[in-house]
Amino acid sequence: MKAGDIITLLPFIALTLSAVIVMVAGTFHTSHRLTVGLTLGGLAWTGAMLAVTASRSGRQVTDLLLLDDYTLFFIGLLVLTTAGVVLISYGYLEAREEHPHDYYTLLLLATLGGVALVASTHFASFFLGLEVLSVSLYTLIAYPRSRASFIEAAVKYLILAAATAAFLLFGMALVYAELGTMSLSTLATLHVAGGGAAATSLLISGFALIIVGIGFKLGVVPFHMWTPDIYQGAPAPVTAFVATVSKGAMVALLLRYYRQIGVIPHDTVWIIFAAIAAASMIAGNLLALLQSNVKRLLAYSSIAHLGYVLVALLAIGRTAAVAVVFYLVAYFVTTLGAFGVVAELSGAGDGEAEELDDYRGLATRRPFLAATFAISLFSLAGIPLTAGFLGKFYVIDAGAGSRLWWLLIVLVASSTIGLYYYTRVVVAMYVRQPVELPEGSPAATLAAPTARSTIAAVLAAVTALVFVLGIYPSPLIRLLEHVVAGLP
Amino acid sequence: MILVALLAWPFVAGIAAWIVGRRRPEAARWVSVLAMGAGLVAVIVEWALKAPDFALAGHGPFVASVHVPWVPQLGISFFLAADGFSLLMVTLCYAIGLLAVLSSWREVTERVGFFHFMLLWTIAALVGVFTALDLFLFYFLFEMMLVPMYFLIAIWGHERRVYAAIKFFLFTQIGGLLMLVSILALYVIHGRQTGVYTFDYLRLLGTHLSLATATWLMLGFFAAFAVKLPAVPLHTWLPDAHTQAPTAGSLVLAALLIKIGAYGMIRFMVPLFPHAAFHAAPVFMGLAVLGILYGAILAFAQRDLKRLVAYTSVSHMGFVLLAIFAWNTLALQGAVLEIVCHAFSTGALFAIVGLMQERLHTRDMEKMGGLWLTAPRMGAMTLVFALASLGLPVLGNFVAEFLILIGTWPVSEPATVLAAFGLVAATVYSLWIVQRVFQGRETPAAIMPDLTLREAGMLAAMAATLLWLGVYPQPILNTVRPGLAALQRVAVRTTAAPTSAAAALLHTGDRSPDAAAPSSEEPR
Repeated sequence: MKAGDIITLLPFIALTLSAVIVMVAGTFHTSHRLTVGLTLGGLAWTGAMLAVTASRSGRQVTDLLLLDDYTLFFIGLLVLTTAGVVLISYGYLEAREEHPHDYYTLLLLATLGGVALVASTHFASFFLGLEVLSVSLYTLIAYPRSRASFIEAAVKYLILAAATAAFLLFGMALVYAELGTMSLSTLATLHVAGGGAAATSLLISGFALIIVGIGFKLGVVPFHMWTPDIYQGAPAPVTAFVATVSKGAMVALLLRYYRQIGVIPHDTVWIIFAAIAAASMIAGNLLALLQSNVKRLLAYSSIAHLGYVLVALLAIGRTAAVAVVFYLVAYFVTTLGAFGVVAELSGAGDGEAEELDDYRGLATRRPFLAATFAISLFSLAGIPLTAGFLGKFYVIDAGAGSRLWWLLIVLVASSTIGLYYYTRVVVAMYVRQPVELPEGSPAATLAAPTARSTIAAVLAAVTALVFVLGIYPSPLIRLLEHVVAGLP
Repeated sequence: MILVALLAWPFVAGIAAWIVGRRRPEAARWVSVLAMGAGLVAVIVEWALKAPDFALAGHGPFVASVHVPWVPQLGISFFLAADGFSLLMVTLCYAIGLLAVLSSWREVTERVGFFHFMLLWTIAALVGVFTALDLFLFYFLFEMMLVPMYFLIAIWGHERRVYAAIKFFLFTQIGGLLMLVSILALYVIHGRQTGVYTFDYLRLLGTHLSLATATWLMLGFFAAFAVKLPAVPLHTWLPDAHTQAPTAGSLVLAALLIKIGAYGMIRFMVPLFPHAAFHAAPVFMGLAVLGILYGAILAFAQRDLKRLVAYTSVSHMGFVLLAIFAWNTLALQGAVLEIVCHAFSTGALFAIVGLMQERLHTRDMEKMGGLWLTAPRMGAMTLVFALASLGLPVLGNFVAEFLILIGTWPVSEPATVLAAFGLVAATVYSLWIVQRVFQGRETPAAIMPDLTLREAGMLAAMAATLLWLGVYPQPILNTVRPGLAALQRVAVRTTAAPTSAAAALLHTGDRSPDAAAPSSEEPR
């Protein structure tokens, strides 16, 4: 490792140090507000360091990490999203009077894990990043002590994530045993999937096990079982984090190596991914129809959305790579908005506002909150003027460019089903009369204005972004075209 | 720039109506009326100024256009252009918009500002749909309109409004998405052939496609437009949506929204895929005849007056579909006239049903009867529009359906004969309405006040329009002729593929209408 690599690694160092500072500050009984300030400061510092790295020429740091423009873009995206989650968490935790110093430390560490995942070029960094992310999440999910369901969700996530981590590790071991390398970029040059190396049974099992690990993290069918339970059980801000940062980092990694390995269309690996995509779109949208719990509904919808992302992933060409990343950005923005509303509506109660009844007549009770949620839902459904529309448009464009007609038909049919359950929530908010909420129900309570202001700020920002990306996407597209230029 | 103004105006007015409506509901109504009225005047002035152009048809088909890059990386541009057909549709949008605001003056009492916001945004998106010549922009507005329309039905509709609204949304959405796949496939194919990736309609026109590909792509477009029109068997959303929507919603649905189907087929589907469209024409004409007869028969079977009127729409739109696939000058002019006349005749019937429901709180015809005694003015008005609907000479619908039948005869004699039976059925169900509701035994429960001045004025204006169209439709025909002729040159019914000269001719006319040379081969 050269001395100059330290400078290249500054974003990582900044993020790690921020986590340490927040942790140390916590021992001095600092106020909640100061802790959040330190956390945001750390994230801003990390973001600023991206510019330093961008000015460096050699971006490969040892065998483990690569900080090219693609990685830097995703670090920026993950850091910004985490900042949104931090602001939502502030309002959410403030209303519940928790003592949340370690919460923010863990959030920063989880982000570090995601960032490492995006930058990894080696099995070791891949696995380390994944574990840092997962272990932080176990604790984050269980963090607020107000509800038993949080602990239940955390234990579920712990068991399943640990099991799939074992799968992943075993798969990596098998691949290493066969090829004698753990470097992802070397693997890519061997053209494993393209038939360059002999496809032995060891290698095939190794890759299959790795796909299990990746599929679990993405929450796609058939590895999706955890998604609804965790989405429902975890506190709303943490759910937002799981839905965005945790899944997004894995998509970023997958996109890079899927393309480097050079999977041949209609080859076995391709067909596996196509089947996963189709099954996710269908199962996600169909199962969401049955939900009366808004968080579970969003969980199933996220399964379907990852299916859409996979459709773009399977397409070839530069546009397809832009489509994946654009869809991801649109999905991040929209998801933050949706869970921000859930967090805000949960007020100061013990539980969360997650039943459809909590949303009945919201348009009359709290018109702005209802409008924000409706806009998020329409964006998820892909209605024009919103970011989600252009994302879906891009995905279909990528699919049409690669002639993935069957996948597109599945996408069209299943997303029409999707529209149905999104409109159910909208109907509840706009058409139904409000029900008399029982005393102490979370949706009936209101947090203090200071707590609500940060969530309101996030909601205003993401709603504005939803429209900006939906109406004037050119700047982002230009940036993305530059970012994916390094991918094959 | 007039097109941008006409598109932006209802958006702005809608926001204004919402804001002022939060305090004073009446203000929202007045803002909307003034906005729609001003827009109508503006578009009529524009029309009058351009009338000499249409008469001479020397400036190419497009009289106004705007072309600005929007998302250059994807070849998307903000491209609005209007020929006579588009201008006519925009005029119709504003006229119906004005009527819709007026007709909901009493009916809508809750969330008045929000209602007018949604109504005006629907109108705005419609104006855009009828002028957009970039396929992305067209699709964008086509889909965007669903949301306000959905809210109009779901919030202010009648007893089964949520069901109807969601059904409407889902049907249109799946058709729209299939069209989007087709649009993108066309975009990719055109890009591979020429190296230019663009959604510009005029550039996509000459794309070379094999018959099989063209047929698949055309079916995507057909899915979207047949749902809108609606063509049997994709019509089932329509009776529900029309019946459950508030009066303004039914008016906009019947007079404008379903016309997108006809407009889209004439403007986009047939010219983009002429070979495939004419190849499949017998099937579509069969569907059209089926729609005419099926709609008429189902109209008989209804007890719900509003549902009856809704089914007559299915029947009338069958005529339009028939005319489109006959694709000759007479039939197309008939189709355009039918679009306009149906907007007023059926729109007026929906308005009348809305007025009755306000007064009687029912739409059930069994509970009505002898209403002429208490409401003679309303009865007379209903009779006028019922006669228009059955195609009585002197009123516009007659001219339209007559032209369609004449135009269809040389293409398919059996289809023409069967379609003509639709006119017979129309006579029966139209008179049936008057018979059951206004004649017959008087029901004690059904006593209601007659039309007020506002209501009578509104209906009289619509009746006068129909009378004008029935007696002297020439201004309309003159206006739309150059545009339709240009489309016919692109898609020639008898030959297989469009001549590149025809596409080129259309090209010179678009961007700079003033610079284009007068075309020598304009038809009479």
